[in-house]
Amino acid sequence: MSLSPTATAAPAIFHGHQIVKTYQMGEVAVHALRQVDIDLYEGEFVVLLGPSGSGKSTLLNILGGLDVPTSGDVYFRQQNLSQGGDRLLTRFRRESIGFIFQFYNLIPSLTARENVALVTDIAPHPMRPEEALALVGLSDRLDHFPSQLSGGQQQRVAIARAIAKRPEVLFCDEPTGALDYSTGKLVLEVLARVNQELGTTVVIITHNAGIGAMGDRVITMRDGQIHTIERNQRRASPDELEW
Amino acid sequence: MQSIDRKLLRDLITLRGQVIAIVLIVACGIASMVTMTSTYQSLQLSQTQYYSQYRFTDVFVQLKRAPEGVMAQIREIPGVGQGRSRVVETVTLDVPGLDDPATGRLVSIPEQPRAILNDIALQSGRYIQPDRLDEVIASPAFVAANQLALGDTISAVINGRWQELRIVGTALSPEYLYEISGTELLPDNQRFGVFWMGRQALATAFDLDGAFNDVVLTLTPGANEQAVIFRLDQILERYGGLGAYGRDNQVSHRFLEDDLDGLQVMAVILPVIFLGIAAFLLNMVLARLVSTQRDQIAVLKAFGYSNLEVGLHFLKLVLVVVALGAILGIGLGRWLGENFTHFYVQYYQFPSVQYRAGARVIVGAVGVSAIAALIGAFHAVQGVVSLPPAEAMRPEPPASFKPTIVERMGLQRWLSPAGRIILRNLERRPLQALMAMVGISMAVAILVVGGYFSDAIDQIMAIQFQTVQREDITLTFTQPLSGQVRHDLAQLSGVLRVEPFRSVPVRFRYGHRTRLGSITGLSAPSTLRQLIDQDMQAVPIPDDGIVLTTKLAELLHLKIGDPLTVEVLEGARPTRQVPVAGLVDELVGLATYMHVDALNALMQEDTSYSGAYLLVDQQQITALYSQLKQTPSVASVAQRETAIHQFNETIGATSGAMNAVLMLFATIISAGVIYNAARIALSERCRELATLRIIGFTQREIAFILLGEQGALILAAVPVGWLLGYGLAWVLNQSPAVDSEMVRLPFVIHPASYLFALLVTALAAAGSGLLIGHQLRRLDLIAVLKTRE
Ligand SMILES: Nc1ncnc2c1ncn2[C@@H]1O[C@H](COP(=O)(O)OP(=O)(O)O)[C@@H](O)[C@H]1O
Ligand SMILES: [Mg+2]
Repeated sequence: MSLSPTATAAPAIFHGHQIVKTYQMGEVAVHALRQVDIDLYEGEFVVLLGPSGSGKSTLLNILGGLDVPTSGDVYFRQQNLSQGGDRLLTRFRRESIGFIFQFYNLIPSLTARENVALVTDIAPHPMRPEEALALVGLSDRLDHFPSQLSGGQQQRVAIARAIAKRPEVLFCDEPTGALDYSTGKLVLEVLARVNQELGTTVVIITHNAGIGAMGDRVITMRDGQIHTIERNQRRASPDELEW
Repeated sequence: MQSIDRKLLRDLITLRGQVIAIVLIVACGIASMVTMTSTYQSLQLSQTQYYSQYRFTDVFVQLKRAPEGVMAQIREIPGVGQGRSRVVETVTLDVPGLDDPATGRLVSIPEQPRAILNDIALQSGRYIQPDRLDEVIASPAFVAANQLALGDTISAVINGRWQELRIVGTALSPEYLYEISGTELLPDNQRFGVFWMGRQALATAFDLDGAFNDVVLTLTPGANEQAVIFRLDQILERYGGLGAYGRDNQVSHRFLEDDLDGLQVMAVILPVIFLGIAAFLLNMVLARLVSTQRDQIAVLKAFGYSNLEVGLHFLKLVLVVVALGAILGIGLGRWLGENFTHFYVQYYQFPSVQYRAGARVIVGAVGVSAIAALIGAFHAVQGVVSLPPAEAMRPEPPASFKPTIVERMGLQRWLSPAGRIILRNLERRPLQALMAMVGISMAVAILVVGGYFSDAIDQIMAIQFQTVQREDITLTFTQPLSGQVRHDLAQLSGVLRVEPFRSVPVRFRYGHRTRLGSITGLSAPSTLRQLIDQDMQAVPIPDDGIVLTTKLAELLHLKIGDPLTVEVLEGARPTRQVPVAGLVDELVGLATYMHVDALNALMQEDTSYSGAYLLVDQQQITALYSQLKQTPSVASVAQRETAIHQFNETIGATSGAMNAVLMLFATIISAGVIYNAARIALSERCRELATLRIIGFTQREIAFILLGEQGALILAAVPVGWLLGYGLAWVLNQSPAVDSEMVRLPFVIHPASYLFALLVTALAAAGSGLLIGHQLRRLDLIAVLKTRE
């Protein structure tokens, strides 16, 4: 079943089968994804690389239940997400998935603590907001509003918000894209720690090949298809990375 | 088309929902202004033309009888232009096909047609012939209401004898623009009509050969009306003069003036509300547009567009909105204005009314709207014009928030995160929140005012026709009759109860203020005509002293206990001082009351009555009517039932139409405000909402956050709107249009009216909410997050 080239002991939590996504732009059809097969395993750290426009975000959005494929199926632990409709996808996002975006997307009218509480209020087994913020090193900024935080701090609040519900998977779409070099590293460190300490599966999109070294697997996309999948023998720690 | 204008067009299309909402509100503002102003001007112009063409007089007086020679003396009064003596009599009519007796006002005209004061405008048929003593010209409304035709005859009691009058023509006169006999509020064209008859025939019939009993005068420019009236009253004192008065107290003129006043008030209030709201909404929408287009503005500036050009670009958008609103509003306003004018013309009989919405009216309405809109836009546009391009290129700094008052007070425990988002957003833009609230309150207020009108009219009905007037029939006699009449009337078929009254024409004098009127002497106990106090409760008539309607006391600056000088204008014309024993809060007219015995004593006469209130058995009413028609001493018969019917029919239709218009207005306003506010909130915060959706919030939950803000505004706005409506109704209640000598609207607003206002606003809000909810469902989560704000 698994099309992954290397066998892995951990069970697959995601299984994408023949995922196609086509955008109809008037006369032209844009093929964002062309029959993509992909598996994600419990607890692994995946780096998704590829040039701009290769379909990385589209893939991640479909896996995360933000979007539905034109054809093909996405299974999350035996459940076919492509057939659920909005209600199922909302519950799925609410309970199992954490998202992190390039532009933090915090709620400006809520403090750091409240932004995290937004999630813990509706999740079934959340950690306390303070706990989540401590994990990302922001215990001293609990009552700051987003406008009072730096970019890196805002992104860390976004991570805290994403992990506070103890999601099974964390999807990060260019989380360091808007950050400078050292702040970016800080954020990657937090993500590595979440993966290791909480056992959360993490998928990071980046067009920074250097970041690939910190993943268990590096998946490269090109032109709406998976081009290569590489397994790293050893995961580099973020402070070893260079880009 | 220049590219920058193409951008304008695209912006307009993108914002179409909001643009439509504002265009509608601007259209309402322009329409209400055009409607009211054009109706006012059309009526006023028709009035002026009518008055001058048919020589409407300035001074009027009735008297008992004076020889024709007195006219020479009258014409010599300084300030008098022209004068005409007339014979005017009020008679009972028997109209074919009408059971109850009608009342006719016979007014003399020359035997040969010539230009006269208060001339008639022949509408159909011909002028009377000098040798035909029975020929009359009738008012067309009377002829139509009774389905009569030229050549038909009606019977009139003339000097105690039935006489046939042949209708040879129909005519109108400026004196009877509003054709009522004198005391009622609405014309009853079936039961009251004016007839013009040859002077000689009329004089002979009423023993007034070589004499007259009515004079009308014009004044020379700059003449002192008061002085003329004073001198006229002096001259006519010996001839039974009933007191001269000017146009202000001429019934028909007075009614029209009151209505014109009302139109003028509305011509200001409604447009102010609409255009104020339109200005605010434009400000809100433009401010948002400018902030989303900061970078575009920067680019335009960087390419060399001047501040002026960029500013004008955004102002053009405002002008497009005004232009669209004007097209719609002018059309609607003209249509409504024409209907409105025709509505008035049903009650005011003009020989011709030309509806005109002059260029001035239209230019004025559009100009005022454009100014209001530009004021609204100015602030928003000014901000962007003054921005240096480099600054404009940078994204707007993130909005900064702080804990709200509620939280600073330590109440945050009670707030959900959604509740906090709502509250903090409201508090971050207090002015915008306030303005939106004011807009919604205005809609509520308009509805409350509509409710006030209907409630007040219901109240007048209830008080006038249930508490004050309780008789079935009011009779008046041609001259005062002795106490015996009580028994005579009781003998007529179906009469259950008789309460005779005495009515005396008088001039009231207090200090330097005078006022013509009449005193009604009521029998005690008076059950068919009750006096009411401030709380609208019936109170007994005092044995001594006089009771005034509060409004009259106000006009004379009198209070209880003050001595009022009464100059009787009938019989021996005694002048007496009578203490004011009480005030009654009657809502119609300026009646004054005394105990009938006290009034007889004041008149130094034996028991005598001028009329009677009757309670009758409806089964025998037809028999009673035919008996009354055969009674020469009965001058007029008025039925309460007819008055009620008349009132309901007219006022019911009017207030129904008015409420429909007000409801439409209020719905447009509240829907427009709420939709715009929510739409802007959606555009400002779609990113935030998309994030919440991604985190796992449901449609419903984010809809709650977005619409909860509008909901909170509505919740706050409704009570404010109630108060505002209450205040506005109160202000209107003070205006002469509804606090006149003819009728005073009581200040009542029933809870149901408040509830109705709430309901309509809630429905409008729900409608806007559904629209926004629909847009929210279509929110593209990913697209939102892909771009930086
Ligand atoms: N909403 C959309 N409508 C049309 N085309 C889209 C849309 N979203 C993405 N695309 C196209 O799909 C392709 C893949 O996009 P995306 O997944 O965002 O690429 P990446 O994240 O790898 O840069 C691109 O060619 C992009 O233009
Ligand atoms: Mg992308």
